[in-house]
Amino acid sequence: MKRSNAPIYWSLFGAGGVISALIGPGVVAALMMDKVHYSGALALSHNFVGKLFLFVVASLFLWHAAHRIFHTIHDFGVKPGVGSWLLCYGVALGATIVAASALLRIGF
Amino acid sequence: MPDDTAVRTRTIAIEVLRYQPDEGAEPRFERFDIPYTDDMSVLQGLQYIKDQVDASLTYRWSCRMAICGSCGMMIAGIPKLACHTFLRDYAPGPLRVEPLNHFPIERDLVVDMTDFIEKFPTITPWIEPKEAKKPSEGEYLQTPEQLERFEQFSHCINCLLCYAACPQYGLDDKFLGPGLTALLHRYNVDSRDGAKDKRMELVHSEEGVWSCTAVGYCSEVCPKLVDPANAVNQNKTASAISWFTRFLPGGK
Amino acid sequence: MSARRTYVRPMEGWWTRNPFFMKYMAREATAVIVYLYGLLLTWGIVSLGNGEAAFNGWLAWLKSPLGIVFQLVSLAVFAYHTWSWFVIMPKTMPPVKVGGKRLSNAAITGTGIAVAIVMSLAAFVLAGRLS
Repeated sequence: MKRSNAPIYWSLFGAGGVISALIGPGVVAALMMDKVHYSGALALSHNFVGKLFLFVVASLFLWHAAHRIFHTIHDFGVKPGVGSWLLCYGVALGATIVAASALLRIGF
Repeated sequence: MPDDTAVRTRTIAIEVLRYQPDEGAEPRFERFDIPYTDDMSVLQGLQYIKDQVDASLTYRWSCRMAICGSCGMMIAGIPKLACHTFLRDYAPGPLRVEPLNHFPIERDLVVDMTDFIEKFPTITPWIEPKEAKKPSEGEYLQTPEQLERFEQFSHCINCLLCYAACPQYGLDDKFLGPGLTALLHRYNVDSRDGAKDKRMELVHSEEGVWSCTAVGYCSEVCPKLVDPANAVNQNKTASAISWFTRFLPGGK
Repeated sequence: MSARRTYVRPMEGWWTRNPFFMKYMAREATAVIVYLYGLLLTWGIVSLGNGEAAFNGWLAWLKSPLGIVFQLVSLAVFAYHTWSWFVIMPKTMPPVKVGGKRLSNAAITGTGIAVAIVMSLAAFVLAGRLS
């Protein structure tokens, strides 16, 4: 039987699910409170760990959501095709690349 | 029965989804108003209908005590064993009784289980001993802890309620399904067994655990508390770890 | 013997026919908000890279009426995600033994939610240092 490659997507889904479950509410609440400003955010992004944190949170939130949406399309009886893949994983991949390059360009 | 003419007979309305392939084109509900007592199961209600009202009513049953797994059906839209469900909880009705979801209807409340039957032997549902032993060498010994690892998964009575509960199976019957994955897991975690690699091939496929989206309804409806959702989802973690480590020395 | 003619029932609307399935769909639907929020964060990171004016523009959107509504909805949805995630998590785990007894699903869920509360609070407090 052909081995599925689902583990790649599922692992990203799982990692994103854990991160969003653990700190999601905190991040949303923090950004709502007008506490974050440019200099602080920039300082965070200059820091290697800070870069990693920002990258991981944005990227994994998207990989988690992409996987869930992709499979929920199937739950509605629609066989997800290339279009669905692009709207879900494609966007997550795109955003991952965009976020990574923005963070790297910011420098140290 | 003692003379209870002084007692009013209570009646329950049961609407059964009928399907007679040689008669009509579509299934349709037929209503039966029958007397019932507090101790009557839905199965007994169906038996009353068949004995006293309409002998053509067709359904599977055997033990009447929730161990044979024959009488699974949709009772008020929920997969249940008819012998294990009581009319008193639905009176005065109408109580809708339909064949198990996600299986083709054969006739009335009987479904075509062929898919399940054909998949069954593919999971190697027997122990292939890790080390062969002659009877003269004695039994395979197990500690209580080793028994505990697989015991709950061995309680499956093949009633198919979990398949009726599983929307992924309903959407695509290529999915191995909760019950068979639970049984497959039962053998994999039995200390006597050595055929895990063979079974994991099924697990790793798209039709194996990767069709599951953790709805969890299968474990909700299981009359024997097998917890098939746990068997399937534990194996997702195992399958994912294996996917990443298989090219490392010692991985598979 | 009469000829067999099995009847296959349609799956359309399956999730509307059982409250359990409606809860499942609600859980899955949280992904839409997580998706949009992830895009919001990505936009924030890009803005950060484009300088103070761009980043302040992003902050301004957060303070806009639509931004506030979206964040309020997101807060509720993320909270539901946290809850539903740790409810389903025990199902994915092999039995965990603590002191000889098997850890119950409720214990695992409770622990997860407790850790989430602590970590979200920590994230909230630490974010306050980003001014």
